[in-house]
Amino acid sequence: MSELRKISRREFMKRTGHAGGGLVFALTFASACQPEEVAVGPAAKATASVAPNVYVNIRNDGIVEIYCHRSEMGQGIRTSLLQVIADELEADWDKVEVIQAIGHEKYGDQNTDGSTSIRNQFDLLRNAGATGRDMMVAAAAQMWAVPASECVAREHAVHHEGSGKTAGYGELVETAYGMPQPESAAFKARKDYRYIGKPMDTIDGRAFTTGGARYGTDTVLPNMLYASIERCPAFGGTVTSYEDAAARAIAGVVDVIRMPEPTSPPLFNIQGGIAVVADNSWSAAEGRKALEIQWDRGANAEHESQAYREDLIASASAAGTTVLIRGDADIETHSQHEAVYYTPYLAQAPMEPPAATAIVNEDGSCEVWAATQDPQTARATVAETLGIAKEQVTVNITLLGGGFGRKSKPDFIAEAAWLARETGRPVMVAWSREDDIRHGYFHSASAQYFRAGMDKNGTTQSWLHRSSFPSIASTFAPGVTGPSDFELDLGLLDAPWDVPNMRIETCDAKAHLRIGWLRSVCNVFHAFGACGFVDELAHAKGRDPKEHLLEIIGPARKIDPAKDAAKYTNYGHDLAKHPVDTGRLSAVARQVADMAKWGRDLPEGHGLGIAVHRSFVSYVGAVAEVSVNENGKLVVNELWIAIDAGTVINPDRVHAQLEGAGIFGMSLTLHGELTTKDGAVVEGNFDSYPMIRLSETPAKIHTHIMESDAPPGGVGEPGVPPIAPAIVNAYFAASGNRVRELPLRKAGLT
Amino acid sequence: MAIDFELNGKSVSLDADPAMPLLWAIREIAGLTGTKYGCGKGLCGSCTVHVDGQPVRSCVLPVSAAVGTKITTIEGLSTDGNHPVQVAWRDLNVAQCGYCQPGQIMTAVGLLARIPNPTDADIDQAMSGNICRCGTYTRIRKAIHRAAEDKS
Repeated sequence: MSELRKISRREFMKRTGHAGGGLVFALTFASACQPEEVAVGPAAKATASVAPNVYVNIRNDGIVEIYCHRSEMGQGIRTSLLQVIADELEADWDKVEVIQAIGHEKYGDQNTDGSTSIRNQFDLLRNAGATGRDMMVAAAAQMWAVPASECVAREHAVHHEGSGKTAGYGELVETAYGMPQPESAAFKARKDYRYIGKPMDTIDGRAFTTGGARYGTDTVLPNMLYASIERCPAFGGTVTSYEDAAARAIAGVVDVIRMPEPTSPPLFNIQGGIAVVADNSWSAAEGRKALEIQWDRGANAEHESQAYREDLIASASAAGTTVLIRGDADIETHSQHEAVYYTPYLAQAPMEPPAATAIVNEDGSCEVWAATQDPQTARATVAETLGIAKEQVTVNITLLGGGFGRKSKPDFIAEAAWLARETGRPVMVAWSREDDIRHGYFHSASAQYFRAGMDKNGTTQSWLHRSSFPSIASTFAPGVTGPSDFELDLGLLDAPWDVPNMRIETCDAKAHLRIGWLRSVCNVFHAFGACGFVDELAHAKGRDPKEHLLEIIGPARKIDPAKDAAKYTNYGHDLAKHPVDTGRLSAVARQVADMAKWGRDLPEGHGLGIAVHRSFVSYVGAVAEVSVNENGKLVVNELWIAIDAGTVINPDRVHAQLEGAGIFGMSLTLHGELTTKDGAVVEGNFDSYPMIRLSETPAKIHTHIMESDAPPGGVGEPGVPPIAPAIVNAYFAASGNRVRELPLRKAGLT
Repeated sequence: MAIDFELNGKSVSLDADPAMPLLWAIREIAGLTGTKYGCGKGLCGSCTVHVDGQPVRSCVLPVSAAVGTKITTIEGLSTDGNHPVQVAWRDLNVAQCGYCQPGQIMTAVGLLARIPNPTDADIDQAMSGNICRCGTYTRIRKAIHRAAEDKS
């Protein structure tokens, strides 16, 4: 049964949008502080609403509230989710409001990770809109005593063609009360879409440009404290002793608190350390500087990234565990080519470091406001940390100042919740940039070994690829010694190469840092290695790299890695719905090559490089044009990126994701590297862990979306993997120098 | 001690440690959260505000240095949110996550005050202290050109 809700003034104030983009939490405080600023205008006439499902609430003032249960971190989901639901609902764009849903299993999967929001939930979102539309039609039919089949929903109203009657959605709320909630409804035809596939403006555009957007760092609660936590420099280490008198003497410092010891494996648990809580952020940071702490650096105290690099390369250079086999990759061939590729540790470094605020109430319940990609896991983690039931935890999701995988891990939220209980006051934990770069969940360093064998015609007859990297699984289970199955999905087992003899192996690698996912995850290094190596083969054979790439991808076909004894899960999808389609891969390669006018005459010292990669069931091709300037530094002059992501919801946001992927990919290609010494990450801020800046940005980043009516693929991540190999291949074309290790900074090129 | 200055056109007197960076005084004492922390060392530009019309990194400026000045934050850039730079930013949907954008906008406004019709090279030079991890740079360039056209 549908639920008719009487809206109290207080609740209404919490639920109505304002400049903050309609975030529920922000409104709570705005209404508390500035009651005169809310509940004005025609929307204030709403006295009741009906909810066809958990995502849609139709008010009798005609406004449709749409609950966004996914986290907004720059991918534009608060806009594109609205587009899908509003389209199927036949709602008018200016009569919908987005409300950020709390973390709750009633919304289904909320983990905003793995480029899943649209690719996994397109049907769920369409159904949320379509069932709402059917409910409005049923209400009108009942009100007019006509068959529903004679009524149509259009432009935020239901119309009866025979009688010419029309009722707006708001007018149908009372009638809809008590009617059954439809569980499913027919979806609209593609040709009838009003918003899906259209470049709608970002719903939060005004908030973003006026300072009204509220992030994890922006929560304000009465009587709140700000915490700054000194953590052990080496992962897993513990406090031996500490002196806090000087810290307590800093003005504004309220308390110094020892955090719970880290667990092994780390999971999403608190990492230990000493927290300074103060009545402002600066006092907390100053107090922290005054701490004197003796550490037991623990099991990873000896971890040195330079030695670890040698270990990974040695591991990848010897036989490992076979995870895919086709024919005999050891057959004798006319010639052979081999190479080792290496990539370092990286940090996600979102512009907003991890930040959360928590309050623990007298009844022991906890409410948090957090920049989290994964609110349900945050809720479970807070409950576990405090030893309370999940039902006693409310997780409000703020905007995220970038995520890139870091904010899927709610350790910082657990810290805030724990300190809130310890202090009895609301506490914000906002990590410093140094905290973020030194104490995160790091992108794996990796070594990749490749060997190919060619016949006398130069056709590749055998392919061996070994991959060695510390596994994300080490964060969750003890004794993990190397890559785990789910990571092999990420650009390894779906190798598109048309080579009759192929073997793929994984090799041991023990973790010495917390390992986590970063935008595109293992696809980053798998694509870098494979597309760099394919380019090497082209040059070794004296072939044009683009023609050679198309040749080694081979004829259009659908690959099933299971036929080569691989355990491949295809990002959770049936291969029938989302095939590994080499035709689509070749098509994006041809597309970017055409866009870049591949084969044209280039200025002296310039080079073009090409790479393609399938990830998150989307296909992306990239071409880079680079040159080396008079100072011997690499310049990326232009980038061309084409994606086949199947059906797209908001092409403008897809273009934006590709533009951003180009820059993100350039950062890790040119600059990104974390090193460790005595178990600790050496780099700490943007001076030692640089990002691409505007002065290094290509003159143009050309992006293209392939026309497709295939089911939606991922968008946020797939643009990243082909960037590094495209640039490195272009650098070879420009200079004759082959780089097999990132970042290019190490080769003196930045 | 009391720190007196003008904030977005209004006189304020903040009870702050003189050594506290202006960023934290603006955010946590004055209560304006539009100005963002990104690095704490003047390396990323997220905290950019105007001090007497000049873009300044508020994370490394002691609040004592603000005494007697006119400070403008993103909230005070325009009364209606429609400064030409804000409008251009929206027209081109520049922002992705949006977190660095207040700093980008304040730096861009400072550039246009100095050079009303900047070249790409002017933009690259003026804006390179501002990091955007989402990678909105090419749209930032376009938006600054658009704002320059709209103003002229």
